[in-house]
Amino acid sequence: MITKKDVEHVALLARLELTEEEKEKYTQQLNNILEYADMLKKLDTENIQPTAHPLPINNVFRSDEAKPGVSNEAALANAPSKEEGYFRVPKIV
Amino acid sequence: MPVQDYEVVIGLEVHSELKTKSKIFCTCTTEFGGDQNTHVCPVCLGLPGVLPVLNKQVVEYAMKAGLALNCKIAEFSKFDRKNYYYPDLPKNYQVSQFDLPIAEHGQIEIDLEDGSTKIIGVTRVHMEEDAGKLVHAGATISQADYSMVDYNRTGVPLIEIVSEPDMRSPEEAKAYLDKVKAILQYTEVSDCKMEEGSLRCDANISLRPWGQKEFGTKTELKNMNSFKALVKALEYEIERQASVLDEGGRIIQETRTWDENRGVTLSMRSKEEAHDYRYFPEPDLVPMVIDQAWVDRVRESLPELPDDRKKRLVAEYGLPEYDAGVITASKDLAEYFDECLKHFKDAKVIANWVMGELLKHLNAGDKDITECPIKPEHLAGLLALIEKGTISGKIAKTVFEGMWETGKTAEKIVEEQGLVQISDEGAIAAIVDQVVTANPQSVEDYKAGKERAIGFLVGQVMKETKGKANPGVVNKLLKERLDR
Ligand SMILES: [Zn+2]
Repeated sequence: MITKKDVEHVALLARLELTEEEKEKYTQQLNNILEYADMLKKLDTENIQPTAHPLPINNVFRSDEAKPGVSNEAALANAPSKEEGYFRVPKIV
Repeated sequence: MPVQDYEVVIGLEVHSELKTKSKIFCTCTTEFGGDQNTHVCPVCLGLPGVLPVLNKQVVEYAMKAGLALNCKIAEFSKFDRKNYYYPDLPKNYQVSQFDLPIAEHGQIEIDLEDGSTKIIGVTRVHMEEDAGKLVHAGATISQADYSMVDYNRTGVPLIEIVSEPDMRSPEEAKAYLDKVKAILQYTEVSDCKMEEGSLRCDANISLRPWGQKEFGTKTELKNMNSFKALVKALEYEIERQASVLDEGGRIIQETRTWDENRGVTLSMRSKEEAHDYRYFPEPDLVPMVIDQAWVDRVRESLPELPDDRKKRLVAEYGLPEYDAGVITASKDLAEYFDECLKHFKDAKVIANWVMGELLKHLNAGDKDITECPIKPEHLAGLLALIEKGTISGKIAKTVFEGMWETGKTAEKIVEEQGLVQISDEGAIAAIVDQVVTANPQSVEDYKAGKERAIGFLVGQVMKETKGKANPGVVNKLLKERLDR
């Protein structure tokens, strides 16, 4: 059961500022989602290995070759703030 | 209670950048340096819609390191997302490994200064991507108005090696880091340059009263940028925790950063430090299945490791354990030693010079053995001149200095500076006569039974000959002259 406190905690971790109404609403919605997923508990998983990936594929590799990436201009093209070729970010602490 | 009333418990987390050409999940170069944000692409910048593809060499290197650390390689391994919010991660998660790391259950033997050894457990080795670099617009992160990010290092492959809490002193922690570094260098999976950040080390440390079974509350220390800093940070933290406990206080489980300038550890406690990584399997990468044949293939590619090389030096050349340990602690130094041996047969003499003058000069100049101005065959040449009696051991140090400065051979320096040893008895006898006449007091002392007085006279002869007289001949002639 998700409480309002849980919602506040994940909101903090995701740096989301929520209003009181939003907190109530998301508590309700998240509980609905989890309730729905609870259906899975009805299955007998006694002899089933935990799934690491939904597709039955493994060992997909590439060889160790370096190629040029994108230019500095292209890298920063969508940055909301930049300086001297760096991404500029707000004060951290 | 004084510090010695507590048992210190230390575990280390070593991060090492792997020596691949390209990043772990994209084809960007891993080359060090480069202008900011020029070794980047949509994948390592975490742009929407991109897909990572695992670099096979990373898996092979991680397996190699795992095997060299005596770990068991996992048959089934996968990547997970470690979620945390920090601007050095463009995706707000780091692709790492959580419950199914590539290697587990290893151990290594560390060498302590008193010549003893100890086994330290290696809990696990896992693969992950490195984060970017932050530049703060201010003296420190908290004083900065804002920060700037360079994502060139983002996505460079790392392995994290986690030890068991088996170390009981800063010295053991340093010895462990020394050995891990040597193993990674021998296996050639990493450069292990602490100054470039390709080897990093965090420490978990706690104290408990002797005899107590349960561990005390630990703190995690970060930001130690050298072996010296690791030792100093641990020593400081031991004192700090001991005084907190002495005053009846409680240690708070937290991350503390080492402040090199002030020589203290500082709490990094803050709201963001809620350790809630919410790991979950990385859906964009498929699992790895590693069969025995693959493990065997990687195992066969392992070179001779430091411990084996050390044993070989002891067995083949009769070197003392300590000497063999010092020489094999660095692969490059061991190679240098082996190269010397091709040109000069006495291994113990080489070891003395390598561990003495050579290491002294390298340390003083803050140089790596690979930057040594004296070639191994030239050092061997110097030792051959001593053996032949062309120069004395004392003059050899002068010649060594000249070789260090100029990179010339010993023969050349001896010839240029006229340093050939005088062994001619006639020439030395004349100087002995002169010195004996000039120092009647010492002669009298010697005759009165003060054996030590001869040392002074030998010194005078050496001084007269600018150190070039053969000390054996000087001793012999002086004795003959005085006992006459
Ligand atoms: Zn990239």
